[in-house]
Formats: sequence, structure tokens, C-alpha cells
Amino acid sequence: MTEHIALVVNGQRRELDVEPRRLLVQVLREDLDLTGTHVGCDTSQCGACTVHVDGQAVKSCTMLAVQADGSAVRTIEGMATDGELHPLQAAFWEKHGLQCGFCTPGMIMAAADLLERTTDPSDEEIRYAIEGNFCRCTGYHNIVAAIREAAAVTRAGAAAPVGKA
Amino acid sequence: MATQVLGAPIKRREDPRFITGEGHYLDDIKLPGMTSAAVLRSPYAHARIRSIDTTAAKAMPGVVAVWTGEDTKDINPLPCAWPAGGVDNNINTPRILAIDTVRWTGEGVALVVAESAEQARDAIDAIVVDYEPLPVVVDAEAALKKGAPQLHENAPNNVVMRWTVGKEKETDAAIKSAEVVVRQRIVNQRLIPNPIETRGALARWDPGTDEYTIWMTSQAPHVMRLLIAAFVLGVPEHKIRCISPDVGGAFGSKIYLYTDMVFTAWASKQLGGRPVKFVESRSENYLATTHGRDHITDFEIAGTRDGTITGLRVKTIANLGAYLSTVAPGIPTTLYARLLGGPYVTPAIWCEITGVYTNTGMVDAYRGAGRPEATYLLERAIDLFAREIGLDGAAVRRKNFIPPDQFPYRNTSGLGANRSGIELSIDSGNYTPTMDKALTIAGYYEIGKAKDEARRRGKYLGIGISSYIEACGIAPSKWFGLPGEGWGAGLWESANVRVHLTGKVVVTTGSQSHGQGHETTMAQIVAAELGVPFDDVLVEHSDTAGTPFGYGTYGSRSATVGGVAARNAARKIIEKSRRLAAHMLEASVDDIEFADGKFSVQGSPDKAKTIQEVALAASVGYDLPAGMEPFLDETAYYDPPNLSWPFGTHVAIVEVDEETGEVDLTRYIAVDDVGKKINPLIVDGQIHGGIVQGVGQALWESAVYSDDGQLVSGSMMDYALPRASWLPGFELDETITPSTDNPLGVKGVGETGTIASTAAVANAVVDALAPLGIRHLDLPLTAPRVWHAIQSAKGGQA
Repeated sequence: MTEHIALVVNGQRRELDVEPRRLLVQVLREDLDLTGTHVGCDTSQCGACTVHVDGQAVKSCTMLAVQADGSAVRTIEGMATDGELHPLQAAFWEKHGLQCGFCTPGMIMAAADLLERTTDPSDEEIRYAIEGNFCRCTGYHNIVAAIREAAAVTRAGAAAPVGKA
Repeated sequence: MATQVLGAPIKRREDPRFITGEGHYLDDIKLPGMTSAAVLRSPYAHARIRSIDTTAAKAMPGVVAVWTGEDTKDINPLPCAWPAGGVDNNINTPRILAIDTVRWTGEGVALVVAESAEQARDAIDAIVVDYEPLPVVVDAEAALKKGAPQLHENAPNNVVMRWTVGKEKETDAAIKSAEVVVRQRIVNQRLIPNPIETRGALARWDPGTDEYTIWMTSQAPHVMRLLIAAFVLGVPEHKIRCISPDVGGAFGSKIYLYTDMVFTAWASKQLGGRPVKFVESRSENYLATTHGRDHITDFEIAGTRDGTITGLRVKTIANLGAYLSTVAPGIPTTLYARLLGGPYVTPAIWCEITGVYTNTGMVDAYRGAGRPEATYLLERAIDLFAREIGLDGAAVRRKNFIPPDQFPYRNTSGLGANRSGIELSIDSGNYTPTMDKALTIAGYYEIGKAKDEARRRGKYLGIGISSYIEACGIAPSKWFGLPGEGWGAGLWESANVRVHLTGKVVVTTGSQSHGQGHETTMAQIVAAELGVPFDDVLVEHSDTAGTPFGYGTYGSRSATVGGVAARNAARKIIEKSRRLAAHMLEASVDDIEFADGKFSVQGSPDKAKTIQEVALAASVGYDLPAGMEPFLDETAYYDPPNLSWPFGTHVAIVEVDEETGEVDLTRYIAVDDVGKKINPLIVDGQIHGGIVQGVGQALWESAVYSDDGQLVSGSMMDYALPRASWLPGFELDETITPSTDNPLGVKGVGETGTIASTAAVANAVVDALAPLGIRHLDLPLTAPRVWHAIQSAKGGQA
């Protein structure tokens, strides 16, 4: 038994038939081959599967694919535009905000949700914003530095005079 | 030489794929015709298997095959590659699936292969097993007692091995005659490593060639191939190819041979070559991937009233779980007991280790592996001793540090001499300046004011020190090897360097990256040696088909051992190139100088050939000196003369809430001496991550089994993994005392943070609670545990 669903994933309309019990993360990874979204646990704790659904960070292991029917989904693969890294991607690279890289996509998506809400977060706000995302490699130190850096770049971008390159 | 690339904080080359979601981890791989495997795991910690009925499961949709222990009993048990050296080890290792008896919750009982992962899991639920529960023992001390349930016939009283090190008589005498002796029991609790990617394997047997390819989440694919071939499946080694794709963290837990690496390969052959994938769930990872630590220790530290330590006697019971994992007995012996001297001159040390079987998951190396346990014990002991004699802990440390003029330091307590008499000394060190730097940054001597201020807010503020040394860069073979410390193989590392016709360089290494950044640091080493642009050097690793044999990545050995192999291979390239350049420049080899990627004739710097020009000449091969082979392609194998010995002092400052017992880590200062840094960005990152794993042990993490052997902390909801919001940023500084035994001057850094931080935080909490008369608390220092301690100290109803 399957259900027909339609999603807009990273700007592209995708229609598919899914078993109702399949999770959004399974559909993204297995049916749409978007393997940048990872699975690190089975209790919705680790946050490695974080994506955006209609602009909000969601743990895609906690949502059935059928629940996302009609939604816009953004994954890590949709963060860079025209080959240009998202400020968070650039900052994670610059600040060594990742080691094994497994938590990184979810971490970036959680951080992007924060930066949608505020472009001037304190370190404390950053740490609370990513507390649903585990990283076992970095001790979070450089992740916080990367998010702080991305926020600064975003602010500088927003403050730049219109029309100036 | 273009040395600026070595030591530069170059952004990591592996990151673009990880930040864009283009990494390729095991579970991302899909192969045509691929099947999924699932394991039925025992819900009992100890039980006889009366019968298994797989009929219903076999009839389930999508099920391809169902196997039980009976079907796989011709496959050998997994090997134990590191029995404790020089003593009898009662070895019992896991089988692919249990046959008659299960000995821990999570042990595999049946294997299902189906078209999809969901179908395989559905079918697992349809298997009916009739178990006869047996008595269970999960505590290692209880397992040694008379009348305890017995796990294995060949291990009376559940003893794996008894192993000793040091000077027994001298230690007894030192303790007997000491002015002060402090005794304490401390428990080093069991931990779950928790890489964010779980483990697994995907195997394909090729019916055309009778060859196996096994993708695995492994830190040591060459060693896995060797073990599977030589000990388990009996397949010739060259018929197996092992590949570690991108690996999402490991921390030791992915060093070992696991059943899935074998059963996926075996099952693929049974299925005529259909690929079989197994990826464990997080809950399975908690049950069935190895755990770390789990010691019960009684120690006595002896010394003089003025603070000189004269002796240390340690008795440790190490819980190794229901079976031995690949290198389990080596951890509490060689990597723990031999480190009990720490950075101090302790004239007499004696340590007895008893390894024990219990009805729990297997315990093996976890980040730091033995050395965090040793450091935690020693640094708690120093604080207890200092407190007993009323001296400052920093002063006692300073008084007992190995003086800088005594390096290379021969450990007088006998810890450095292995079982066959080969002795290692600590090559270099200068401990006091490092500690003083940490104390200055922390404001150690002005902390009283902060304590008073905190008391006014209802908090107890404490400061804790941890001074450590680490033995890392696990090698040399002659010291660790079978006749000495029981390690069943070599511990050298390898690298190959090729310079192609276009001047581009390919480096292959036998070590394996699972987050450390080998693709960046190895390229830095080789680019610096050859004087070529960093971007021209590609590093390949983790595939037995494309890399020279190597022992893999653990024990902070990739840079210290593998990095030197890469440097040596590059140097061989330079030596061959020098001869070719001499030929090209019509000069004598002895007159050729090499610098910044250029071979020039001494005295005529304009007469020069770049290494790229030489590589072109070597590749086309039209005009080579007589007898020279074409192409620049050199391999080096490096077996170092010594371990490397990083050291440092970490200082933690905590505030304990009087009302709730909650501990807030407010500052953390780490001053480490890891020698020269290949890439400071990566070095700092390693220290940060290491610190948090140790802080996790001090404050939150604990793998808990109930008395009947259920893993109570069996999911990420129950096991308290550190979160960003629980932690401060870290204040890092350094001293640099290059390793004198390492050609690159580097020491290991991957484990230092974890080795140091548990004791620093624990000491800080005990310091905070000292006004209440509390002198020791076991870990983790969770709010309830601390609250109870505060209440009992105050004489309340706790």
C-alpha cells in the first residue's frame, strides 16, 4: 500500500509513491538519493537528519514522508546556490567546524534556522539553538565559532549597499 | 624547502564534500541487487537457547534468507589479537551468531537477509526463540566472587587474565614506611563511544573471480582484511578487498573486527554474489559495539609530609564484557598500568590487573584507551594526597614532576620495561612551565576571591588540575609485539608517494581517516618535503586495493607514525630525483642541492631543474642514468624507535549549585605540549573534541546495566551525551617541546584532551565541595549524585 505525495525538494517538484510508514529521511535518502541528510540515532536525539520543511528546521526522522506532502523541503544539497557556498557552509569550512562530517549537514540546517530568526545571536543562543544536534568530534567549540562567523557575514551582506558588488 | 605549508592552519581539503552533503558514508552506498541484513539479538544477558523457529520469518515478504548459529558454526570465532603479554589469557571471543548460549543482551542469535531493511527488520520479529534464562552477573567484582555465575568453561571465576607490572617489594616497603598513606577506591565507569555514524558493513562476493569486496566503517581496513582472511573465513588475504568509505567518527570503537564484517561477506557468497548491507541502529550500537573504561580500582599512594610521593600501589579489576573484543586485554595492561607513573618521579609502583568476564557488552579501547583511566586515578590520588598533608595540589605536582634535565627519562618504577626486557624511556618533556602557564591563565592563585563571590550566590566554586603525559603514536613493533606486550602483529605504518608526469603527486597511506583530516595533513607533509604546491598533492587512503599495508588509525599514531612514513617516502623521491637531476644538469650527484622544489648545481643556482621537470623526465624515461628505473614512485615503512610522549596541564573551573547539585563547567583551560604542529587548526580541533569526551565522563556519561543485564542507558535518550548548551568554549594554549625521537618533531594529539579532562573536572567538583568535607565522589557527577553528597555532608536526609 502506498500513498502518492508531492514535495518541492531544493526547489524541484518531486512526486512519488511511498509506504505510509516511511519517514521523510528515508524518502530523501533512499528514494531521492539525497544522502547528505544522515541518520545517527533512532530516538530523534542526534539531529543528523535535520532538514527544513516549509522554512523550519525539522528532524526528518520524526516526520512521516506523507506528513510532508505538499511541503517545500530544503536539504544540505540545496544550501549552496549557483556553486556558491551558503555562509554557514563557508564558515564551517573556515573555522574547522567539522571533523568526521557526519553531523555537519544537520548542524548546518539547524544553524540556518537560527540565522533565519536572528543574525546576531549570542554564543549562548547559538549553543541552545544546536542543542538538539549532537557532535562527538568537535566539542562544539568551532561549531559555535563557525555559526558566529556566518552570522557576521550575513549581517555584513545585509548591510552592504544595494547594487554594490 | 617550502616549509611554510608545514605548520600552517590550512583549511581542510575533505571539508567541501562534507559541508555540501556529498560525503560518501557506508549507508550512502547502493549497489545493484543489494540486500539488507538484520540481526535478531538476545533480550537476555545469559540464557541457554533451547530452540529457534525461523519458519514464519522465512515466509515473510521480501525475505531472502534466515540463518542461525547452527548454520554459521563452521565459521571461526573472531580472533583476539592482543592478549595481555607474558601471562595466560583465558580467551573467549564472539561467534557470528550464538550457538547454544547467549552471554550478553544484544548478542546475535539469528540473521535475516531481505530485499529491504524494513523487510529484514519485520522478519526478525517473526523469529521465535525459546530461551532458558541463566543467572547473570554484570559487576566485575561480583563476577570474581565464589558462587558467581560462570560465563565460560575455560575461565574459572570469570578471570580473563591476571597481569602485574612494577616493583612489588619496593612498593610494599615504600607504603609500609611512609609518613603518609592515602587509600581510596575509585570506579572508572563504563562509557559508550558514540560516533554519530553507527557501524556497519556491505559486502559483495564476485562469483567470477571468487573475490570479496567489503565496505566497512573501519579505522583499520588492512587489519580487518588480515583478520578475516587468516582467522575467520580462511579466505586467502588477496581475495578480499576492504574499503572504509568516509567514516563518521569512531573514537576507538571502529578499530575492531565485528561480526557484521564477516557475515555480510559470508552471506553474499551464500546468495551467489548479491551484495549484503548491514547498518546497525543506534540502539544496536549501544548494545553491540564496544564500550570503554569500566574499572574498579583500589589504590594507596604513599609519601612524605612535605609532599614527595614515594609509592603507589594499584589493584584494578577491569570488566571486559562477555567476550574479548579484538584488543581488549591490551588496554588495561600495557596502555593503562604502564602509564601509572604519569609525569611524576614515583620511585616505586606496583599494579595488579584482573581482567574479568561479565554478562555485558564487550569493552575495548575508547579514546585514550587506558591512559584516561590511569590519568584519572593518578590525578585524583595526587589531590587526595595533597589534601591529606595540607598542601596545594599544584605545589605537590611541581615537586614530583620529572625534572627537565632527566630526559630521556628512564622510568625507575619499572613501567617502561616490557615483558621481554626491552625498555622505552620518555624522550622529552618539561612539565612545570606548561602547568604554570595553565595556572596563570586560570587565575589559580586568585581563585579564593571567586569562591567567596560564588558562595554569596549559593554556589560552590571549585578549581581542578590535571597534569598528564600520554604514550601515543602506538608503536614500536619490537616493544608492543608478541614476545613483549602480547600485541600479535607489527605497529609500523606505511606510505607511498608517486610524482606523475604532470608533476601532480599522489600519496597513499596505510592509516585511515575518520575525521582527523589525513587528506590535508599528509598532503602538507609531502608538499613541504617535495616543495610542490599543496594543491598538487592528493592523498588516498582506506582501500586495501590502492594503499600499502598499514595498521590503521588509533592511539594517536597517524601523524607520528604514518606521517613520518609519508615524509620518508617523499625523501626517497628526492634522492632518486637528485640522481636524475644530476644527469639532466650534467653535474655530479654530490653537487646537487635541493630546496623549494628545485634541484640546482652548487655554486650555479641558475643551473636548475624543478621537481616537476625531473618527474617529467622520469616518466617519459627517454634519457635516464644507466640502471635507473623510470618513474618517481617510492614506498616507505616506518617503525619508530619509541612512543611519543605529549603532556600538558588542564584546569577546570566549576560552580556547583547548592540547592540542586547541578555542576556548571564555567571555564576550561588546556595547555598542551604536543610538539610541532602540522596543522594547528586540526590540532586545536582534536583537543576540543577530546576535552568534551572526558568532560562527558566526569559529569554526565555512564553506561548502566541493571542487575539482570539489561542496558538501561540503551539509547540516546538515556545516555547523556554532551550537548552544546552544557559546555563553555575552551581556552587553549601551548608549550612546544619537540619530540626528540620523532623525525617530524610531532607527538600525538588525538587523545590528549580526553586523557586530561576527566580528572580536571572531577578534581574541580571535589575542590568545590571540599568546604563540606567531601574528599571523593565517583563519576559521573550528575546533579542527583552531587545533591545527595551535599545533603549527606550537611547531615541532611539524603
